[in-house]
Amino acid sequence: MSSVLYDVPGPKARRVSLIGSIIGVIVIGGLLVLAVVTLAQQGIFDPKRWAVFQLPEVWALIAAGIGATLAAAAVSAVIAFPLGLLLCLMRISDNAWIRVPTRIVLEFLRGMPVVLMMLFVLLVFATSSFIAVVAGLVLYNSAIFAEIIRAGVQSLPKGQREAGLAIGLTSFQCRLTIELPQAIRRMLPSLVAQLVVLLKDTSLGYIVAYGELLRAVQVMADFLGPQYLFPVFFVAAAIYIAIDLAVSRLAIWLERRGSKRAAGGVAHVPVAGIPAAK
Amino acid sequence: MDVIIENLPQYWDGFLRTLFLSLISGIIALVFGTILAAARVSPVAALRGFSMTYVEIVRNTPLTIAFFFAAVVLPRLGVTFQQFEVAAIIALSAYTSAFIAEAVRSGVNSVPVGQAEAARSIGMQFTQVLSLIILPQALRTVIPPLINILIALVKNSSVAGAFYVLELFGQGKQLANANGDAVMWVLVGIAFFYLLITIPLGYLASVVERKVAIAR
Repeated sequence: MSSVLYDVPGPKARRVSLIGSIIGVIVIGGLLVLAVVTLAQQGIFDPKRWAVFQLPEVWALIAAGIGATLAAAAVSAVIAFPLGLLLCLMRISDNAWIRVPTRIVLEFLRGMPVVLMMLFVLLVFATSSFIAVVAGLVLYNSAIFAEIIRAGVQSLPKGQREAGLAIGLTSFQCRLTIELPQAIRRMLPSLVAQLVVLLKDTSLGYIVAYGELLRAVQVMADFLGPQYLFPVFFVAAAIYIAIDLAVSRLAIWLERRGSKRAAGGVAHVPVAGIPAAK
Repeated sequence: MDVIIENLPQYWDGFLRTLFLSLISGIIALVFGTILAAARVSPVAALRGFSMTYVEIVRNTPLTIAFFFAAVVLPRLGVTFQQFEVAAIIALSAYTSAFIAEAVRSGVNSVPVGQAEAARSIGMQFTQVLSLIILPQALRTVIPPLINILIALVKNSSVAGAFYVLELFGQGKQLANANGDAVMWVLVGIAFFYLLITIPLGYLASVVERKVAIAR
């Protein structure tokens, strides 16, 4: 699409674009140099500050932080997905007594900050911070999973359900054996994208004092002294972002592969009411 | 229940601060996000590269890290703020603008190719094509996703409460500490005020979505 927006550049336009690019690179490079010089003036690049990474304890703490992050994400995902499936089935149930209350609950869960749910579980049920983090993530993400799968079910051709009912399946059997498997396959990219969000949201555990990566950084800076905050934070942030980048690459790969293989392709239905950002 | 009524002034104060944070960050993010999206489709390679890198990295950064950077790391590097609200606004708008840029870009892609071709064939330049023809149509189609991003922004602003800003979540933490016997009601009150913003916005998004669906 982008190339439709402008004519194929001629020699003059190419020259202007090249000059623009060079100026842009110089400006961005200049800002970076300015940032580095400012940091250097603060003594950030003092080798002594980076020597903390020679301590095995620092790496052990970082590893423990990563482990805690991944553990919370994995446990939450494993619980949230089946729960989301169940909520989805209840949300599209034929029985209004099930459907309407589920809808209200989902609306409620989706409209709430995840941190608030974590804090609620932590304080009201006086649990450990791990359980609070997992509970908050499960509550929020199962609601989102339910909505994603529901969008997938709605995107299926009507004939699927009609054919299922016509051969004598009950409504529930039809949902379970005909519609849900197709819906999940179609929505796989959105589901994996939501997994990335879940992984990112484990960092909210910092707020409820869960010992994830960022908390480990804070502990280290408090323990070793504030001058080490920047190096440790820098490394931890880089690791966090690298993990998230890797998982979202996986999501993109799944989407490409899915649109080639899945029957009918991967659905690109906008999911109503689901915040794309989180 | 009484605890909510007794502390209504604090709730109201937190509610207004949440609204303020969301509004200011939302406006900055909308402007900056649109500029990023425009840069992403521009003929200048450096702009495209910058926009792509920014969006890719920021979208994969946990919000808490952005806040930690703005509120804890930046002051130690000599960038100090009078108020922590400024740090919160920096973190929220930098984070949200990446999502806005992606949404606007998908809107640009959804405008029929003929629109840009027609505009070019009557001699418009890239900046004219984008600002007069493509963006007005693109922004209209992405209003529902943009509202959803703004809903997420309102919810994300709660992270500011953990970084010394007394918005709804921050007030909630304080009230919960002060009223140990009524923690549940304190937090239910906070939840109510969040829903007061997010549910109407969600309703607005679905209404606009239906309107747009008919128009196209």
